[in-house]
Amino acid sequence: MDNLFLMLAPLFSSKLLLVLFFGTLFGLILGVLPGLGPTTGGALILPFTMTLDPLSAIVLLTSIYCAGTYGGAITAVLINTPGTPAAAATCLDGYPLAQKGEAGRALGMATVSSTVGGIFSVVILVFFAPILAQLAYEFGQPEYFALAIFGLTMLASIGEGSPIKNLIAGAFGILISTVGKDFMTSIDRFTFGINELTEGIGFIPVVVGLFAMSEMLTQSTLINQVFNRIALKAIKLPSKDDYKKTWKTILRSSGIGSFIGVLPAEGGTVASLIGYSEAKRFSKNPEEFGKGSIEGIAGAEAANNAATGGAMVPTLALGIPGSATTAVILTGLIIHGVRPGPDLFREQPDFLYGIFGAMLIANILFFIFGFFGAKIFARITLVPNKILWPMIFAVSVCGTYSLNQSIIDVWIMLFFGVLGFFMRRYGFSVVPVIIGLILGELVEGTLRQSLVIFEGNWLMFFSRPIALTFFILSLIALAFPLIRSRKIKKK
Amino acid sequence: MKNVQKLKRANKSLPFFFKDEFKVSFVIIFISLILLLTTFTFDIVPPILNRGIQPATFPKALLILIIAMTLIVYYLASKNPWKIEKKLSRSFFLTLFSFILFVIVSKTLDFFLAISALSIFVSYFWGEKRLFYLLLVGIIFPIIVFIFFETILGLRFPPGIITNIYYS
Repeated sequence: MDNLFLMLAPLFSSKLLLVLFFGTLFGLILGVLPGLGPTTGGALILPFTMTLDPLSAIVLLTSIYCAGTYGGAITAVLINTPGTPAAAATCLDGYPLAQKGEAGRALGMATVSSTVGGIFSVVILVFFAPILAQLAYEFGQPEYFALAIFGLTMLASIGEGSPIKNLIAGAFGILISTVGKDFMTSIDRFTFGINELTEGIGFIPVVVGLFAMSEMLTQSTLINQVFNRIALKAIKLPSKDDYKKTWKTILRSSGIGSFIGVLPAEGGTVASLIGYSEAKRFSKNPEEFGKGSIEGIAGAEAANNAATGGAMVPTLALGIPGSATTAVILTGLIIHGVRPGPDLFREQPDFLYGIFGAMLIANILFFIFGFFGAKIFARITLVPNKILWPMIFAVSVCGTYSLNQSIIDVWIMLFFGVLGFFMRRYGFSVVPVIIGLILGELVEGTLRQSLVIFEGNWLMFFSRPIALTFFILSLIALAFPLIRSRKIKKK
Repeated sequence: MKNVQKLKRANKSLPFFFKDEFKVSFVIIFISLILLLTTFTFDIVPPILNRGIQPATFPKALLILIIAMTLIVYYLASKNPWKIEKKLSRSFFLTLFSFILFVIVSKTLDFFLAISALSIFVSYFWGEKRLFYLLLVGIIFPIIVFIFFETILGLRFPPGIITNIYYS
């Protein structure tokens, strides 16, 4: 009962309500604009959060996360381009339905299923995050090391693209985290005599570079691309018949999304693809999929929004990000002096339940904004890239500079922008780099501390049951893509 | 799908050193080897201060892992070639050039001027020819951003010919 009251606290704070309002609005705008999204937007807004108290800052970031994930559906339905990668599966049926003159119906279903998926995942978060945090009390350094390794292998296993390329990207992310003074012995590593590098490479320049700047370079190759926009008259709530057809799909996808979200991977993107394919598998009319199936939209949208709450579970309970956007939220927590993990649940329940409540309210708010404002948000896609991206550049540069007031950070951001462009061009996902960077210190720190405990005996890792379980799960995660590709070949 | 197969077949006929998979693998391995050599220059801590492993051991292991995995990627690509990527457009190179221009201008002249120059340059070469919009993205918007960061976040931008005028 106390926790429920704590969850509703944001409703009674005018400041938090205002933050939620702007966060949801901003998240929707970011989600609607192709190429941007909650990860890039969160990274861009991070410097501004320094003017806020920790709870308001995290509420702002989480509301951007929830609304941004939904916002991608508007663009997917109206211009057949996912506003966010998580909305890719929504294009498959959303756009064909819109072409049939039913854009309002498609968006109505996307809005309802996103809201249900989002709220479902918050319930999962409220119940499972404390349980996971309780379990984490049993974790020592070797267990955390094994958990981080499991997280990285899962990323390779169920993330998008080639598993080996994902692993290379993850290892590269960890390598970036080793730049600067070694945190245990203060010995310089990869600093090349540059003083600014002794503090290491910051998270924000890398994220803004890999997401925003590499996207700017990608957009530069697409300037002649023409979008066929479908006009939206009004958004329609699903009919009784539509609800009858889709309620099972929405619930199933909400469950799938929440589960996938908990696993450290590309959260919403993978969740929506699995949610969509499962909706097709269970459908009585699978032949309608790809031609404007309302179940297809419901399956994809419920799953991608359900992944938001799921991804927050390991982020808050263990300090292991469940997706790229939660990596940004995790950075937000750290720079505001909040250490995620079991102690957070014991010492600051008001803070934690405030976040849960804010996510719940954000899901309701984006339903209202989406329902009444989809037509206006759809017009945002009319802003030409030749105006939009130079503006994003100005914000990116100033935002990156502002954290440490260092011009080197801006150059690092540009370097990672170019690198990110070529990584994406040749099929290397940039998300594992981010996760690797954020987990890097944990991986190395726990490994070295474990070796101190074990007096250098590596085999002792296997004497700890929880660590051993995570290592076995890591091996399964690595073998999974091989088994999957063999199965596909056999078919 | 057919198009991808066609591009993959076209790639198969290229000499190995022209193939993207070779070029990408070569660059990754080359840089990793340089970094691996660099790790041998890291200071070694005496055993009493050594926490589990030497500071160079962890990055060394990572680099060896990256090299090994890159070799696997290259081996797999030799069986299943990558598709040939489209040639990069002129606008891409101009945008890339504008990044370099930004670094030079921000270092030698002024940070604000560099943002302004890049914004106008990119907007113009991406097809914006209307003066008002060029002024909007190149001058009006950067001024708003500048003032916002300066007043709300209390940021002090690096000195330069324009910034100095503002601060004086």
